[in-house]
Amino acid sequence: MALSRLSSRSNSFLKPVTTALPYAIRRHVSTDTSPITIETAVPFTPHQCEAPSRSVETSSEEILSFFRDMARMRRMEIAADSLYKAKLIRGFCHLYDGQEALAVGMEAAITKKDAIITSYRDHCTFIGRGGKLVDAFSELMGRKTGCSHGKGGSMHFYKKDASFYGGHGIVGAQIPLGCGIAFAQKYNKDEAVTFAMYGDGAANQGQLFEALNIAALWDLPAILVCENNHYGMGTATWRSAKSPAYFKRGDYVPGLKVDGMDALAVKQACKFAKEHALKNGPFILEMDTYRYHGHSMSDPGSTYRTRDEVSGVRQVRDPIERVRKLLLSHDIATEKELKDMEKEIRKEVDDAVAQAKESPVPDASELFTNMYVKDCGVESFGADRKELKVTLA
Amino acid sequence: MLGILRQRAVDGGLSTSFLRKTRSALVSARSYAAGAKEMTVRDALNSAIDEEMSADPKVFVMGEEVGQYQGAYKITKGLLEKYGPERVYDTPITEAGFTGIGVGAAYAGLKPVVEFMTFNFSMQAIDHIINSAAKSNYMSAGQINVPIVFRGPNGAAAGVGAQHSQCYAAWYASVPGLKVLAPYSAEDARGLLKAAIRDPDPVVFLENELLYGESFPISEEALDSSFCLPIGKAKIEREGKDVTITTFSKMVGFALKAAEKLAEDGISAEVINLRSIRPLDRATINASVRKTSRLVTVEEGFPQHGVCAEICASVVEESFSYLDAPVERIAGADVPMPYAANLERLALPQVEDIVRAAKRACYRSK
Repeated sequence: MALSRLSSRSNSFLKPVTTALPYAIRRHVSTDTSPITIETAVPFTPHQCEAPSRSVETSSEEILSFFRDMARMRRMEIAADSLYKAKLIRGFCHLYDGQEALAVGMEAAITKKDAIITSYRDHCTFIGRGGKLVDAFSELMGRKTGCSHGKGGSMHFYKKDASFYGGHGIVGAQIPLGCGIAFAQKYNKDEAVTFAMYGDGAANQGQLFEALNIAALWDLPAILVCENNHYGMGTATWRSAKSPAYFKRGDYVPGLKVDGMDALAVKQACKFAKEHALKNGPFILEMDTYRYHGHSMSDPGSTYRTRDEVSGVRQVRDPIERVRKLLLSHDIATEKELKDMEKEIRKEVDDAVAQAKESPVPDASELFTNMYVKDCGVESFGADRKELKVTLA
Repeated sequence: MLGILRQRAVDGGLSTSFLRKTRSALVSARSYAAGAKEMTVRDALNSAIDEEMSADPKVFVMGEEVGQYQGAYKITKGLLEKYGPERVYDTPITEAGFTGIGVGAAYAGLKPVVEFMTFNFSMQAIDHIINSAAKSNYMSAGQINVPIVFRGPNGAAAGVGAQHSQCYAAWYASVPGLKVLAPYSAEDARGLLKAAIRDPDPVVFLENELLYGESFPISEEALDSSFCLPIGKAKIEREGKDVTITTFSKMVGFALKAAEKLAEDGISAEVINLRSIRPLDRATINASVRKTSRLVTVEEGFPQHGVCAEICASVVEESFSYLDAPVERIAGADVPMPYAANLERLALPQVEDIVRAAKRACYRSK
């Protein structure tokens, strides 16, 4: 990887001093926002467009924030795994560990005015949009302090103030919805874009092509992001798609295939796509990524892929390890500092879990709230309508 | 002439006996301000959309042929010319796609009015209506509300066959989180559509193709641009004391004709125009049944698990001891809609069916 440092400090001078000094002084370097340029390991593959440069502008601060945010997301998902096995999380739980680079890379390229909508594998996207760990865990455990007050569950996290529109359980539905949000952004002249995220399984959905057709006709600032983790539940891409080149599926719509385990590549691609979408309408990003867990907590993830495959990806392509290597090789942080950071994050996550465990379940009256914005005296009923009947106020 | 007289009579709440004595054009003219206006349902809907688009720049129209074609049934006539292509969108024939886009636009704060050329085609988009629109406010605990209107003709037309004739009132009205409206008259059309467009929740607005061309008298109040009808309130179209007839949409006209026939036989029928299928105005229905002790529920759609079944259950639950006869249901035949005119007539409720059922409820027939 090529590196050009604009700082005039010499590497060797810094080393002996920094190992002796406390973390507070070391911080100076790790919050350094002076630009660093990193080359992506894998080139972009374009469709109907020119690929962006492999040289990504970043900074020490940004790379460190990638590490921190991805480590936090990773720990959150692992904690969710334990909570599910302890039966504190019920129903469906779709984990994102392995795919963290997508969430953090995208956030680095966009603002909170840009919108994101995704599928049911939404925990890390929620955190990326600024959602709090305790709100996520509370929601997963069905508590009233959850981000959806316990009414949504794992698949239905939202954060409207950060333009995060959920959290959708029906495969593919989020794609037309995302194009609709982009429609509104264009209608309102927001100068913002919408990223509609979906998997390789959803990539075959008819409504994707219906929405893409309209988005192209009406020049909507919509970016379709295929998170290709190579398995639609238990079905590998080669068994579900005649053409698994998802970035080309848009035909007349330009696309880009991206190494989705490289946070910097993701950032570059999203930045490129946003610039395109604001001027020329829809764009497709195919992010080559991988999920370590099965499709959901009900799926061991080992009946349709070998353990060697999973561990192989973890060894060679893990997004957090890649960033760790980057931080070490560029002297942005030491191994100990990163380990300490991970310990802090682990504690942060454990504290959030503990806090969430203490929160109360929703009041019984919440069964009937938020049905409508304008209730107009509607009646609603419980299972025994003579026992439980409510007039929505 | 007599048809108009009946309409005016029920709007003015005149009793049947008074009507019999004073059936003259002169009297009917005196019941209302001189030069009382009439309006077709089509014009009522068009004016409602027009006024709401004028009042709120967030309101926009989308659907197949709504723009340049002026609307498949001309409901959106003139809107493209008046508001331009940034407010009126012609879509490709892709209901799942454009409905999802409409719902997404509503998530982001716009107020789409999505037209289905008929509600039969809404089935292609029903996941977005139910899972993306109806449930979002609840699942997000109030973060994502969906101020969208899905409108279009519902139910049978004339000779359009099985795939183009289904009534979806029962399907949509069973879903918590939706509001489902069914206008009958021009006043209903205006007031309910304006209310629907202004409403912050998803509304399914079930029109009827055969009513589009029908003219109804319309009051000055209803012509005002601020006019709105409350959602969830039924209208008593004709007061009576012997039997309650509930129905909606085109069947209201049939029920009123049936009431006329019943009056000749000394049965005073109260006709309730539901207007709102969800929320259902159980209070008005039950109050009426408690007064008359007999109920005939009428709908055009399939009988099993229909709107009539819900009304029957509601009345049995809440007003059992007031009923003097079993509840009668008149609904569409339990068959896909046939094409041949005579079969189609047999597949749909007719005035004589409603009359017969009312007489049964009054123990006036075999």
